[in-house]
Amino acid sequence: MASEGDRRADPEVERRSRLLGGLRLEGEGARGVAIALLSTAVFIAVVIVAVTQSAGWPEVRRTFFDWHDISSSFPDIARAFVLNVKIFLVCEVFILILALIVAVVRSLPGPVFFPLRALATIYVDLARGVPTILVIALLGFGAPALQLTGVPRSRVFWAGVGLILVYGGYVAEVYRAGIDSVHPSQEAAARSLGLTRFQALRSVILPQAIRRVIPPLLNDFIGLQKDTALVGTLGVVEAFNQSQIDTNATFTYGSYLAAAFLFVALTIPLARFTDWLIARDRRKRQAAGGFA
Amino acid sequence: MSSLRLHSIHKSFGDHEVLRGIDLELEDHEVVCLIGASGSGKSTLLRCVNLLEPLDSGRIFLGDEEITRRGVDVNAVRRRIGIVFQAYNLFPHMTVLRNVTLAPRNVLKLSRQEAESRALDLLARFGLESRRDEYPDRLSGGQQQRVAIVRALAMRPQLMLLDEVTSALDPELVAEVLEVIRELAAGGMTMLIATHEMSFARDIANRVCFLDDGRILEQGPPNEILQHPRQPRTRQFLERIIEAGRL
Repeated sequence: MASEGDRRADPEVERRSRLLGGLRLEGEGARGVAIALLSTAVFIAVVIVAVTQSAGWPEVRRTFFDWHDISSSFPDIARAFVLNVKIFLVCEVFILILALIVAVVRSLPGPVFFPLRALATIYVDLARGVPTILVIALLGFGAPALQLTGVPRSRVFWAGVGLILVYGGYVAEVYRAGIDSVHPSQEAAARSLGLTRFQALRSVILPQAIRRVIPPLLNDFIGLQKDTALVGTLGVVEAFNQSQIDTNATFTYGSYLAAAFLFVALTIPLARFTDWLIARDRRKRQAAGGFA
Repeated sequence: MSSLRLHSIHKSFGDHEVLRGIDLELEDHEVVCLIGASGSGKSTLLRCVNLLEPLDSGRIFLGDEEITRRGVDVNAVRRRIGIVFQAYNLFPHMTVLRNVTLAPRNVLKLSRQEAESRALDLLARFGLESRRDEYPDRLSGGQQQRVAIVRALAMRPQLMLLDEVTSALDPELVAEVLEVIRELAAGGMTMLIATHEMSFARDIANRVCFLDDGRILEQGPPNEILQHPRQPRTRQFLERIIEAGRL
């Protein structure tokens, strides 16, 4: 039909569906929005009815949704949450550095670098293969027990090391994907001008590679923010552990909701920022006339 | 004195022998055009001269220095040889000015001021000074290729290698790039040029070499090679070029 073709070609419709970040609204304009709102309202109503009509709802409402529990536990959890934020911020810096080194090592060509490449590969395999909670338990309980002089015995320190090692593996792979995505002709151009391999990497390859992987990097940051809760398994009082303490005191679970709210409040802005960066990147590429 | 001397260059990729013994000598200020079908080894030869591809055997002399000897500083060699690629290969994350000043600053260790004044002189000479702060994707193909030439020239090379620098361009943009190369030739630059532009080769080259299947089958002054080729393979190639309307 002609109208079908017309709509596809309409740049305004195209632009709007892009703004919605892939949440495409079928149908046109106001009518489409109305349908979307109506179906969402029906869906939410069905879920609410199903949940509140369930046999266990009165008990769940008492234990999870007691406003007094949630609000009274909130200040303590918020204070404990500061530790999560600190762990996240400090770990992130070291993860970015460690992962970059590992990714560069894995990208070194030639047989001379085989041992280094193999070492980096083994590290990445282990970092991604061992469950995070195990790494944290092994380091958090094991490393201080060694009683090495000059090495911190704080569990928070070792839990942080665990997070850095685990996420370093993931982020190294993100970097490596970025490095591989830069066409070899870029390195050839840089080397042909007399730049050393390191200079080419620093000035030509990495700036392009990192720019391309910022969205997936931010995605891993979001994961790390959540996983700071695993530090609580060592008995360190961070937001999750604090909410468990509250739970044990009141025999209700409102404090979990308070903790969940704090984590979400931290991750959502980062998630939207990531979306914004992706959208901006796409606009730039389209402005340049390319689809690369 | 000879500027570049290639002695019995051999190069294979896997089982495929791309270069089967190339001997070639360029005098100072000489412009030599390599012609031949795609896959005849023109690009590979240029990449070998710039040491971007390791040779299987053979020797290359730049001036009186052998650049294929063991332990040679490849970065020092590449400083003296400029190469321009078919696909421009500008650095997309840098402005025109930074593209041109990157190597002079990092490799020649020029100060920012020195590197920029050198770059701006060259950009002005080729009508690109107004583009100094643009990113490559805002430029036409012809402008990008001219910037790529300027980027190579900023290192003040003693030899330029041009690898089909107009092949990726729209026809109306070819002339502006060829004009730049003519100017370089007029300025006495020694150049080894792989090209499909036969009329350009006839205009600019002191000598034309016909590459066929990894060998230089025939070489000589452009008029002789392009109009009175002795080898049947050269004749065949030129006939196809004429059919395609490129001569």
